[in-house]
Amino acid sequence: MIPELGNFSLVLALVLSAITGAGGLLGARAGRVRWMRAAASAVSGQLVFVALAFVVLVHAFVTDDFSVAYVAHNSNSLLPWYYKVSAVWGAHEGSFLLWVLIMTVWMTAVAVRRRHLPLDFHARALGVMGLLNLGFLSFLVFTSNPFERLLPLAPADGSDLNPLLQDFGLIVHPPMLYTGYVGFSVAFAFAIAALLTGRLDSAWARWSRPWTNAAWAFLTVGIALGSWWAYYELGWGGWWFWDPVENASFMPWLAGTALVHSLAVTEKRGTFKSWTALLAIAAFSLSLLGAFIVRSGVLTSVHAFAVDPARGMFILMFLFVVVGGSLTLFGIRARAVAAGVRYGPFSREAFLLLNNLLFVVALGVVLLGTLYPLAYEALSGGAKISIGPPWFNTFFVPLMLLVALALGIGPFLSWKRTGIATLRRRLAWSAGAGLALGVLLPLILDEALSPGTLLAVVLAGWVLTGHGLDIARRMRLPDAVRRKPDPGAPGHDGKRARRSRRAGRIPLAYWGMTVAHAGFAMSLLGVALTHELSVEKDIRMVPGEAAEHGGVVFRFNGIVSTEGPNYVSRSGRFEVADGDRRLLLVPEKRQYLAGGSVMTEAAIDPGFFKDIYVSLGEPLEGDAWAVRVYVKPFVRWIWFGALLMAFGGTLALADKRYRRLRTTDSTRVRALPASPAHAPGPAGTGIADYAPGSNAPRGKPG
Amino acid sequence: MRTNLSRAGLFAPLGIFLPILLIGYYGFQLEDPHRLPSALLGKPFPEFEAGLLDPAPGVPANLRASRNDLLGEPLLVNVWATWCPTCKAEHDELMRIRAETALKIVGVNYKDDPDAARRWLREFGNPYVFNILDSDGSLGVELGVYGAPETFLLDTTGTIVYKRVGEITRQVWLDELLPHIERIRAADD
Repeated sequence: MIPELGNFSLVLALVLSAITGAGGLLGARAGRVRWMRAAASAVSGQLVFVALAFVVLVHAFVTDDFSVAYVAHNSNSLLPWYYKVSAVWGAHEGSFLLWVLIMTVWMTAVAVRRRHLPLDFHARALGVMGLLNLGFLSFLVFTSNPFERLLPLAPADGSDLNPLLQDFGLIVHPPMLYTGYVGFSVAFAFAIAALLTGRLDSAWARWSRPWTNAAWAFLTVGIALGSWWAYYELGWGGWWFWDPVENASFMPWLAGTALVHSLAVTEKRGTFKSWTALLAIAAFSLSLLGAFIVRSGVLTSVHAFAVDPARGMFILMFLFVVVGGSLTLFGIRARAVAAGVRYGPFSREAFLLLNNLLFVVALGVVLLGTLYPLAYEALSGGAKISIGPPWFNTFFVPLMLLVALALGIGPFLSWKRTGIATLRRRLAWSAGAGLALGVLLPLILDEALSPGTLLAVVLAGWVLTGHGLDIARRMRLPDAVRRKPDPGAPGHDGKRARRSRRAGRIPLAYWGMTVAHAGFAMSLLGVALTHELSVEKDIRMVPGEAAEHGGVVFRFNGIVSTEGPNYVSRSGRFEVADGDRRLLLVPEKRQYLAGGSVMTEAAIDPGFFKDIYVSLGEPLEGDAWAVRVYVKPFVRWIWFGALLMAFGGTLALADKRYRRLRTTDSTRVRALPASPAHAPGPAGTGIADYAPGSNAPRGKPG
Repeated sequence: MRTNLSRAGLFAPLGIFLPILLIGYYGFQLEDPHRLPSALLGKPFPEFEAGLLDPAPGVPANLRASRNDLLGEPLLVNVWATWCPTCKAEHDELMRIRAETALKIVGVNYKDDPDAARRWLREFGNPYVFNILDSDGSLGVELGVYGAPETFLLDTTGTIVYKRVGEITRQVWLDELLPHIERIRAADD
């Protein structure tokens, strides 16, 4: 009975999402305040019912209700309770329910922030999100219903959760990733609302920025968690494989990163407007494309838990409608010509444009590398080819080094143009510090580094020093200088920003940017040094034998059998001597009772400067085992860097300028319930389109 | 960068997206892993000789199965193992096919422990007329098996007419297997 309640809740939520979609979009067009209000109220209803459905599914898992097919296929009475809960999103149906729940939470957040946005814009954005949720809920209810029953013959026990997914990383990775994916729907909805009303202006960019930052930060954490999980759970010791599923999450991130930067220009300088809208559409579309790639079974891998043609076709049609529709709207409504904003080659605009260019090219590389094998197969009639990491690395690595090079310059430039003389002096310091790091680091590590790695180290030093110097410069600005508008500071155009500088405060947004960029430099160092200095050996060991690799001594003390809650395991005992440190590493080979599958659990000694990694291969003749030992210096820096980036994004969205309510300009809209004209207004306005008391024209937008 | 785009240029993103979608559509059609185009489709089932999992009472224990045992009528060859959860999931459907239709199912017990396999058949029921023992997976290599379960439909001459990677469900039986079987029977009459 309870699972049917969950099912019913989903159907109710589906109806409510249709109300939000219709009420929001039609209400805004017709200028009916009550319809728009209804759209917002229906959002709370969706939250209640989707959350209820989610709780029902969790309940079914925790109480071992194997009459529910999804529970029977993905759980087992022996599973520890926390994996029973995380098994809810361990496979297709439940993870999509999580997706819908997260979508609904984002919608609620937008609905709650009503007073920060003009009524009609708010209603349109909610309407777009409502339609998206309608699509997601239909997909869930009609093709992927998690509440389907195995009646009348319910199995006595479930067939267990995929052991790969019985892991802490997998408890937290999907929710983070989905929060990022779905979060881009806000930026998307805002862009569509702006295109519909024809007010693609800096106000729109300011409203979008905190939402975009939040989604981007979640996605960053999600990707980092996925990479970390692959590193320790899959037992391969790698941290990124250019696997299509990884790429699927990486593409929205690249588009999102470009978007975060492009929004800055649109907000501050009112330019790049159409481009920014396009990036907002792209970031979310790529999230959907990612869902398609992962969920349709186009690619067979550990991630494609479920394979069903009806689902793939649904997602494809959904993509066609959402992405095709929004790009058509973009083609019709976006303005081709920017309002003549001029800027020199050494200006913040130019460098943000360069950032966008580099990230979009990187996106193109990843997109092509992911889709090309598929396209080749389609066109050649089934011949499989593989592009693999060499392709990605050839293009991606130089692109990211260029990003680092630009990153040591861009943030210290002023809008419009910067005097070359001041710039040259500051850059000399960063360049010097970078080169010094390049010379010192090999000496400290006592390792010779290849030219490529050295270049990455120098560039990381260049970025870090540049940002450090700029923060220091801002902190010790004497009062007299601070009082003068500083052309080098961001936000010199705002009265508020000037006031905060007078109080000797650096805006949170600036701190956020600095932290995120430092995170990028840290990841860059981690990638380069791990790549260069890692020792990876597959060796044969008998009990009592010792071997030395990468300055670490591994002694194998034999195998012990142990039992877990739902598996039996053979664990190796390894005494590891790293300098003066002595530690015991216990890698396992687990056999899961329900499915019978065998999993390798690597034993890792994590460290800020070095990871020591032992995993059991296969038993060989006698007592001998194939053993894999890795020493991975600086590998954690990759993920710490990503966390710093996400933290920076979060700091920036907490900046107080986003906490302001509607500007006086936009409040006027509320008094004027008429719809905006159907033709785009003159550049940078929107308000001008509103004629007091006008009921006409109500032509179809687009 | 978009300062001087013409109106038509604004449709460029749509122009990029639609071919991608088309590729996705084709890739999706081709790559449905349940319908992996098998090199064996339309080819005779490979020659083999292997032991049996559980010889029926009265049959000599050293009897070995070969390709000849698969001829004469349409039958399903189902590759399964006790370590495979999906095999458990499709077991009920195999039992139903065995109980309700005349179609014979031959099992290939793939890379499995024979004792565990016997226990499984005692416990959950035996839908197979006999089980070919493929403990080392060599027949699986001949058959190009990706993993269990995989199911082959053979016609009366032992030619593979259909292959499925993954679970046999009621839907697969109705949509895929039944039409093929009817075609074989029609051709035979």
